[in-house]
Amino acid sequence: MKNIKKSYRSPEGGTNDVIDIAEFSVDEGAQAAIAGESGSGKTTFLNLIAGILRADEGSISIAGRDMETLTEGERDLLRASTIGYIFQTFNLLQGYTAIENVMLGMMFGPGADRAAAESLLERVGLEKHFNYLPRQMSVGQQQRVAVARALANHPKLVLADEPTGHLDHRRAMESLKLIKDICMEKGAALLLVSHDRDVLSSFKSVKDLSSINRAEKEGVQNV
Amino acid sequence: MFKKISTLFFLISHSMKQHALSTAITILSVAMATGLTMAVFSMQYQTRTAFTGGTAGFDAVLGARGSQLQLVMNAVYQLETSPGNIPWSLYQAVKNDPRVKLAIPYAVGDNYFGYRIVGTTDDIFTKFEYQAGKHFTVRPGGKYFDPSKREAVIGSYVADKTGLKEGSQFKPYHGLYFDPKMQHDEIFTITGVMEPTNTPSDRVIWIPIDDVYRMKGHVLRGSGTEYTATEGKEIPDAVKEVSAVMLKFYSPQAGFMLDQTINKQGRVATLAWPIGRVMADFFDKLGWVSKILALVAYLVMLVAGASILASLYNTMNERRREFAILRALGAKRSNVFSSIVLEAAVIAGAGSIAGYIVYFIVFAFASLIVRQQTGVVLDIFRMHFSMLAVPVGMTLLGAASGLIPALKAYSTDVSKNLDPMS
Repeated sequence: MKNIKKSYRSPEGGTNDVIDIAEFSVDEGAQAAIAGESGSGKTTFLNLIAGILRADEGSISIAGRDMETLTEGERDLLRASTIGYIFQTFNLLQGYTAIENVMLGMMFGPGADRAAAESLLERVGLEKHFNYLPRQMSVGQQQRVAVARALANHPKLVLADEPTGHLDHRRAMESLKLIKDICMEKGAALLLVSHDRDVLSSFKSVKDLSSINRAEKEGVQNV
Repeated sequence: MFKKISTLFFLISHSMKQHALSTAITILSVAMATGLTMAVFSMQYQTRTAFTGGTAGFDAVLGARGSQLQLVMNAVYQLETSPGNIPWSLYQAVKNDPRVKLAIPYAVGDNYFGYRIVGTTDDIFTKFEYQAGKHFTVRPGGKYFDPSKREAVIGSYVADKTGLKEGSQFKPYHGLYFDPKMQHDEIFTITGVMEPTNTPSDRVIWIPIDDVYRMKGHVLRGSGTEYTATEGKEIPDAVKEVSAVMLKFYSPQAGFMLDQTINKQGRVATLAWPIGRVMADFFDKLGWVSKILALVAYLVMLVAGASILASLYNTMNERRREFAILRALGAKRSNVFSSIVLEAAVIAGAGSIAGYIVYFIVFAFASLIVRQQTGVVLDIFRMHFSMLAVPVGMTLLGAASGLIPALKAYSTDVSKNLDPMS
């Protein structure tokens, strides 16, 4: 990321600067964590990297491609083939079984491959839950489906937004280990954002969002 | 391309499964609309063709001075009352006209439980062709009536509905409409049951024309004075009269010339010629009914299209998060848009296919009524342009109905619908 700025329009009609980052990067295959309190702009930060949001200024490059030069469709395709996303609430599609949710992660990128989806679910320990709907699974199991889905498109970068936020401490640590291990196995870089100190302490590279985000540091608010 | 299509169908099948009830109801409403519309257009076409397409087997009908339509309806379709009688001499005159290939007299005025009894000559069996090369035939074991006896040949529909069969006896009822108090004393024996012809003749009981004259209570006024037949005594031609004469010409010019002579210069009789044109005029006069029916059919289709729009649009709010997740997984806006339009088209397409079942049910009931009332048989399996155009049109209309919900899905804000934010 270079000179990235993102602001939102406030209800009063002014603008709130949420992200103002001079430079940030994650190396290929690296595992890094970003610390930040609730409401500090962590999700916006990840959504900018994922190309879900477009920055007001600056450039973001993923795997050598500058997002800002791409059309929306090209960004979608880049996301589908390069980025895996683990959401805080998992965002599994409720009408789809575990295997179908994982296959959805492939469909817009490399294409659905049931055998590969099964292999991923087996890897996260859900070999007996292929045909379970999300509501038929525990929170921990749902989270593992979300992990499998994030890895389904052979991503170069996995973004994880408070992925253990809904788990107790023991399960959070187990889950975190699974995410880190599986990203390493697949050669995907991992960028995780969290406010949980235990989670953050398991990473060698941890940055505080406020230390890189001038908008938060300066509390800039233009009205 | 195949990957994209299979992905879209994957999404559609899940959406339809998730909203199974509303999908099923919408498919049902589309099926009703499609089936009814196809039935309306197909039946309109077939009815018009059946009544105007020359299936009567005759070129013209000669009858009393009056309405050509009434003459055709009465003599060909056994529907209307007779406009009156013409003298036997007129029948003989046209029969002997070198331009006339065949002239068959009809005398009507009696019924059996509502089925018309038509007095005629045996020419109706031996010379008349109801379709090219096709004569009336009786079922095996039966025979045509003997003109000198009180015998009858009945149409296949009459046999089916009344239970009368070869060897059965019956007493006619006076008048064209059944009245139990009006039974004649004469007993007729059925000598044959006709093979089905799928024409109004299937609903007719044929008897010798002389027996109509000789039935008690029948008065002949062919000579201008009243004459009642006496048992064993020949009836003079001068007193005889007929309700209609069914005519077949050697050429269309004959019809034109007789039309000039009888209709334009004469004052005694009316020539309904050509039968198809008389009926076509009738249908043209009722063209507004067809237009209203078509309008209703189009409106029903429009309502079905609106029901697709409503059922999809109502799910859009609950599906926003789903679209946002799909977008976050890399789906393009166009993927989401296409999936909704395609879902609408699939619902409309499925409804249109189910519409054929509705069509067959509606057509079967309606054609039963048409056959009961007119004897005209409509072919349920006869293809009509509407049977292709309506389902295709409905599917396209369905796809168009999906455009508004699809636009809503298209404009889904991904980040706003991927709660929560941290």
